[in-house]
Amino acid sequence: MATVTKQKSDVVLDYLRPGKKFPSVWCPGCGNGIVMGALIRAIDKLGWDRDNIAMVSGIGCSSRLPIYLDVHTLHSTHGRALPFATGIKFAKPGMKVIVVTGDGDALAIGGNHFIHACRRNIDITAILINNNIYGMTGGQGSPTTPAEKISTTTPFGNVEKQFDPCQLAIGAGASYVARTTVYHTPHMEKMLLAALEHKGFSLVEAVSNCHTYFGRLNRQGDAVAMLNLFKENSVMKGKASKMTDEELKGKWVLGTLHEHEATEFCDEYQKLVDAQMSKRG
Amino acid sequence: MANKKKKLMQGNMACVEGAIYSGMQFFAGYPITPSTEIAEGCSRELPKIGGRFIQMEDEIGSIAAVIGASIAGMKSFTATSGPGYSLMQENLGYAFITETPLVVINVQRGGPSTGLPTKVSQSDTMQARWGPHGDYAAIAVAPSTVQECHTETVRAFNLSERFRTPVTILLDEVIGHSRGVISLPEKGELEVYNRVKPTASPEEVLPFEMTPNLVSPMAGYGEGYRFHVTGLTHDVHGFSTNRSDEIFPKLDKLHNKILNYRDEISKLRIENMDDAEVAFISYGSVSRAALQATAIAREAGVKVGCIQLYTIWPFPEKELRQICANCSKVIVGELNMGQIIHEIERVLPGDIEIHAKQRYDGEIMTPMQLLEKLEEVL
Repeated sequence: MATVTKQKSDVVLDYLRPGKKFPSVWCPGCGNGIVMGALIRAIDKLGWDRDNIAMVSGIGCSSRLPIYLDVHTLHSTHGRALPFATGIKFAKPGMKVIVVTGDGDALAIGGNHFIHACRRNIDITAILINNNIYGMTGGQGSPTTPAEKISTTTPFGNVEKQFDPCQLAIGAGASYVARTTVYHTPHMEKMLLAALEHKGFSLVEAVSNCHTYFGRLNRQGDAVAMLNLFKENSVMKGKASKMTDEELKGKWVLGTLHEHEATEFCDEYQKLVDAQMSKRG
Repeated sequence: MANKKKKLMQGNMACVEGAIYSGMQFFAGYPITPSTEIAEGCSRELPKIGGRFIQMEDEIGSIAAVIGASIAGMKSFTATSGPGYSLMQENLGYAFITETPLVVINVQRGGPSTGLPTKVSQSDTMQARWGPHGDYAAIAVAPSTVQECHTETVRAFNLSERFRTPVTILLDEVIGHSRGVISLPEKGELEVYNRVKPTASPEEVLPFEMTPNLVSPMAGYGEGYRFHVTGLTHDVHGFSTNRSDEIFPKLDKLHNKILNYRDEISKLRIENMDDAEVAFISYGSVSRAALQATAIAREAGVKVGCIQLYTIWPFPEKELRQICANCSKVIVGELNMGQIIHEIERVLPGDIEIHAKQRYDGEIMTPMQLLEKLEEVL
């Protein structure tokens, strides 16, 4: 067991950027580090050339993740990671392009780009770390803050309804959609691996803890207490299919929620280019 | 010159031809009058040369995709008009601080807001300098004919690659939509500049290093130099910083890499200025009226000259002071309520009278209007 642990941490260390200063910007106990570790292990399993990987993010706590990794990284503007990533992928379709985003970044300010990236089915993997709140700016309500929950901009309880990022992605045409949590790390690695291997637009929602704001304001306790919440209130997809809506209320359904084969944007465009160029001779 | 390729085309399409001549391979955009023909032209022409065209969900996404493609190594551009140009400003700021070469064509229409979508205007002149928040130096150029749409687009790409910076081409609706016969230059006839790439080993290269000319060599993604790009104010490694001794040099670099090389960037057309007592100063479509007004007034014996600004930003202040040294009066013609005139008032000595001829009803400036103004000030 000790040997296994050592190997795993060695893999993570190997992918961290030389010279980049630690500690990270994240609060102690933040789930973002767990996502980073799982993502590194998934990439390592695929054996991708790290010079051929571009990792793109927007603004927020989650968006700081790529900065630590020794790949091509682009920390863009708030909500715009997907169109920046679209430019990179379309210019260099051979590159592996990964977007790391958050609930505010992807679903509020970046909502339009999110649905259109799904619709286009461009071969990008988006990891949406969902902590139900704006962490970096100090705990404001986000599009995934549940009804009645407290944030610094919903001090009397949230009167709005929340987005389900996975259902939104499925509805918009994403060809691979999965959900996992930072408690279920081996599962997260599996979901990330499947998403990275999938050809087309893939979304992995990683439910995560912001104990600093969401947990504290809603009396959910510290990081460990929140991880236990994820453990107790998650249901794997297979089991969930046998449960009633009433039974599933307040639960996270985990696993590959949707997968279909569809033509990919860059491939389709290349066919068009080939046809036009052969016409020209 | 006899076998030169001549073609009747629209100004907007001449921009597409100029971009392709420059080696542009990537366009991302969103339909907006009066620039849409540029997107349409790119959607037709780019597949034929193995390039890439994408219609994005909005202008914010368009400029983001263009920045991404440029960082991936492709010469990239977008085209828009007033409302779209406003939407692009935040990400244009990102291109300034990350020193990403790209070209934005703004085919200007009347504003503010939806304004006059199909009518001519030059009211984004100041936005092209001060659009994004924060401190930086900007480059903007303005053609006045269909032929110049081609040459100024080539020049805009060259300047963006040379200085690692976004460059705005300020067209106005009349220039974008007018049709004319242009000579398409042969390959090699016009200079085409490509960004300098690093040659040292990846371990030795600092992606934002301070070079003697302040332009850091730029690798594309996937070319062996793994680097970080951020909109946060960053050090020579590309990582964010809050240190004064790193912030000052970064912002100074954004300014000085351009302002130290004004001579390379300035471009003006000077007509009949040798003995001129009065000068018309203008850019874009107004310059066509000013040229004609100058010719008519000269025939009548008036000592008038004409200065056309091709480079709007950085403002060619040194050149203008020299050219106007012997004038007693200048007439600044603009299709707005007064924008570049403030720069002219700033740079010309106080003993030169500065008069304005402005039009902001969405109609073109005519030579007659300029002649009337000339008569009034003489």
